[in-house]
Amino acid sequence: MIVILIETEADGTATEVSLETITFTRSLSAAGGGVPMDCVVVGEPTAELVGQLGSYGVRELHVASGEAFSAYSGAAWAAAVQAVQQLKGAVVVTAAGTSRGNEVLAHIGARMGVAMAANVVSFGGLAPFVVTRQVVGGAALEEMQLDDRPAVFSVAGHAVEPVPAEAATTVSVLPINVAVSEADLVARVVEVVPRPADQSGSLKTAKVVVGAGRGAGGPEGFDHVIELAGLLGGTLGVSRVVTSLGWRPHHEQVGQTGSRISPDIYIPCGISGAIQHWAGCSSSKVILAINTDAEAPMMTKATYAVVGDMHEVVPAINEELKSRR
Amino acid sequence: MSNVLVCIKRVPDSSGEVLLTADEQSVDGRYVGFTTSAHEECAVELAIQIAAAGGGNATVLTLGAPEAAEQLRNALALGCTAAVHIEGEPSAFGPADIAREIAAVVKAHEAAGTSYELILLGNDAADSGDHQVGIRLAYELGRPVVNGVATVSLADGAVTAVGDGPEGQETYRVPAPAVATILEGGVEPRYPTIPGRMKAKKMEIENRQPAAAPKGASRVRLTLPPKQASTAVVVGEGPSAAAAVVDLFGQLGVGR
Repeated sequence: MIVILIETEADGTATEVSLETITFTRSLSAAGGGVPMDCVVVGEPTAELVGQLGSYGVRELHVASGEAFSAYSGAAWAAAVQAVQQLKGAVVVTAAGTSRGNEVLAHIGARMGVAMAANVVSFGGLAPFVVTRQVVGGAALEEMQLDDRPAVFSVAGHAVEPVPAEAATTVSVLPINVAVSEADLVARVVEVVPRPADQSGSLKTAKVVVGAGRGAGGPEGFDHVIELAGLLGGTLGVSRVVTSLGWRPHHEQVGQTGSRISPDIYIPCGISGAIQHWAGCSSSKVILAINTDAEAPMMTKATYAVVGDMHEVVPAINEELKSRR
Repeated sequence: MSNVLVCIKRVPDSSGEVLLTADEQSVDGRYVGFTTSAHEECAVELAIQIAAAGGGNATVLTLGAPEAAEQLRNALALGCTAAVHIEGEPSAFGPADIAREIAAVVKAHEAAGTSYELILLGNDAADSGDHQVGIRLAYELGRPVVNGVATVSLADGAVTAVGDGPEGQETYRVPAPAVATILEGGVEPRYPTIPGRMKAKKMEIENRQPAAAPKGASRVRLTLPPKQASTAVVVGEGPSAAAAVVDLFGQLGVGR
C-alpha cells in the first residue's frame, strides 16, 4: 500500500502538485501490480476534494482533524501520516516536494529511521527501488537507491502532468486515530498573517507573460518589464530568487514552487532558466528570451532569443511599441 | 548568554556550468569555485546578530574536506567567534550521518560546558538538496525544530521564527534550546571587513574526526540532463533588436 499526503488550497480542493504526486504514484502503483493508493489530508475534506481523489483513483482518504491539527505542526502532520502507514503497513510514503511536503517527510524519515529522497522526478527499477531526483537546483540529477521500507520520497513540482485515472474509484473517508504527543505540538504555527487572496489566477491564464529574474538587479529593476507587460496586455511573472529576496510578491512566481503558466508568448528577461523555473514555463507556446548570456539554458531552449541587457533591450522595445501606436 | 551554532557546507558554485566528478558521486567545483549556499549565508548572518544581541558566541561548524576551512574562515571573518571542522568527504555522508555528527559535537561541547540555545542550518544544501539535515538533527537532540523560516530571534528563553507559508506569513514560537532551518531572504548577509579577514586567519579551528563511520547517502550516481543544441532563433543583439522584436509581435499577433 502507498500513502500520499495531500495538501489543499484555501477552497479545500487538492493542490495541483498534490494531484501530480498522485499521478506519479499511480504509475509506481501500476508497476508494482496495482498497489492501492490511500491519501492523508489534514482538516475535514470537502465533497469536491473527495470527488477529485476518486477521479484520480484513490481508494481511501484518511482524515486528521481536531485540536492537534488546528494549526500547522510538521511533527503532528508526520504523526498522522505515520499512523496510517503503520495501520496499513504501507511500503511507500509520498508527498509533493513543497516546503510542507518535504518537511513532513523529513520528520517521518527521522521518526522511523528511514531514508528520505527529496524532489523525485522518475523511478527506475523496483528491486532494488531506484529513484531519480533533482539536485543542484535541478542542474543535475541523482539516482538514489531506497532500500528502507517504507520508501519515503517527495515528488518534484511539475515533474509530471496531473492526469485523472482511467477508471474512477469510490473513496472511503476514514478518521485517523492518532494521539499527537505534546512534543509534536511544540513547534507549531502560532500566528498567520494571511496574504491577499490568491492573485496568481491572472498569471496562470494570461496570454502574455513577461518574466524577470535575478538580472533585474533589485526591487527597483522591474519598471520596464512591468511597462512591457502592460503594453502587451500581459502579466508579470518572476523567478524564485526574485521572490526569495523579497523583490516581488510570491504570487508572481513562475516555476516548481510557483505557478505553471501556458501563455501564447512568454518573454523571460534576465532569467537563466534553471530547471526549477523551466518546470513552470515549458508549456508556453512561444518563448522570447532576453539575456546577456547567449548560453544560458533559457536562451538555448527558447523559440526566439535577444542577446543583450534587459535594462537596455526592454526599454527599447517599449519605445518601439509606443512609437508604432 | 545566547550561544548559537550555525552549520554550513562548502558547495560548488552552481551559478555557472555544473560538472561532475569522475566517480559521479559529487559536483566538481574545481573549475567553478566553491561557496557557501545563500540559505546558509543568511543563517550565519542571523547567528552573528542573535549571539551579539544576547551576549553570547556564534560558533560555525562544517563537515567537509580540509579545504572547507576556507568557508569556516569566511564565517569567522564576518563575526563568528569559534569554528568546528569535522573532517570528512561530504559525499560519503548521508543526511542522517551528518545530523548524527553535528549532534555528537553539540553533546561533546555541552559536556565541556558550552551549550547552544539555538542551532541554525540552511533549509537545504545547494548541491545535495536533501531538505532534512536540520530536522534529523532536532530528533537526535530531542529539540523542537522550525523549518524554512526567514528570520529568527531569541529572547527570554524562547525562539521566535517567521517564514512564508502557503496562506501567508507564519510565526512560530518555541522554547530554547531549539533548531531552525533558514531560507534566504530574511536578512542581508554582511560583507567581511579587512580587519575581520586578518583576525580570522589567525583564529584556531577545532578539528574533529567523525564520531562514527558514515552509512552513506544511498547515491547510485549523479547524472547531468542531456545538453540540447540551441533551438532558438536569434532575433538580434542589444537595443537595436527592438524593431525586429516588435515586428515579431506583429507576426505572432501578440498584444492585439
